[in-house]
Amino acid sequence: MRFAIVVFPGSNCDRDCHHVLARVLHQPAEFVFHKERALPRTDCVILPGGFSYGDYLRPGAIARFSPILEDVVRFAQNGGLVFGICNGFQVMLEAGLLPGAMRPNRHGRFLCRDVFVRVENAKTALTGRVREGQVLQIPIAHADGNYYAPADVLDEMKRHRQILFRYVDRKGRVRDEANPNGSVENIAGVMNRAGNCFGMMPHPERASEAILRSEDGRALFESLIATGGSR
Amino acid sequence: MMARVTVVVMPRQEVLDPQGRAVAQALRTLGFQEVSECRVGKVIRLTMDGEEADLRSRAEAMATAFLANPVTEEFTVVVEGEPA
Repeated sequence: MRFAIVVFPGSNCDRDCHHVLARVLHQPAEFVFHKERALPRTDCVILPGGFSYGDYLRPGAIARFSPILEDVVRFAQNGGLVFGICNGFQVMLEAGLLPGAMRPNRHGRFLCRDVFVRVENAKTALTGRVREGQVLQIPIAHADGNYYAPADVLDEMKRHRQILFRYVDRKGRVRDEANPNGSVENIAGVMNRAGNCFGMMPHPERASEAILRSEDGRALFESLIATGGSR
Repeated sequence: MMARVTVVVMPRQEVLDPQGRAVAQALRTLGFQEVSECRVGKVIRLTMDGEEADLRSRAEAMATAFLANPVTEEFTVVVEGEPA
């Protein structure tokens, strides 16, 4: 399974993703600079975390107009797998690849710590190797992760099972105390209706090896690999 | 002609504005008890070259495509010299 990891000015999780994909999971993975106009031959595009363009205007708002994004959007429209993590998720929201938008965290602070998320839909390319209801321990690191979508959009997303992860407590219960950033309905990750674009705020690449205390994130990359590429 | 055009971007009323809430709280702490609500947005000032008749629609196009996120924000365009 070939992966392409997009590098924006200000990306800072690109190498972590590459490390997990290439060295932990032994998959061919390459970097693609934001100024490129065409993706290499690939099965999955990763939009990594970081602070593309300094988060100026809004997180993801400027990256969304990077030259490479045009081909990423085309790739997605043709059914290619696209996975945005943290800032990558924000870029996908700004690009319209995923529904909704991000607001600043409700307490106005940058948060960097482990959270628990519950798998809400295990029948997707990103979650095929985890169980529905399974609780994953994965770190977050963001200031703008307060997910929002209007009520009618949320209804539509529920109808098509597009909510992938919710912030929960250790026992898997959706609680306001377990919601780190104020996201509507504790939403931590979503997908598009077609089921080929995914975004989440927690960083699975930071929880993919025992030495990093949690390996729960690795199963998500393994799920993508198990699909063998969708085209 | 050169003109000054201002785009004001504000969080939509139904969208939580943590920054505005924190500022309101700080104002009350400072003794400004009369503040019941505060919303914090952005002011984007553009110097534009173009036909007077087009300035507003061009700035609105910029705001729609890029300067504001329609899911969470709304905007108003003020063209300097145009009657309010």
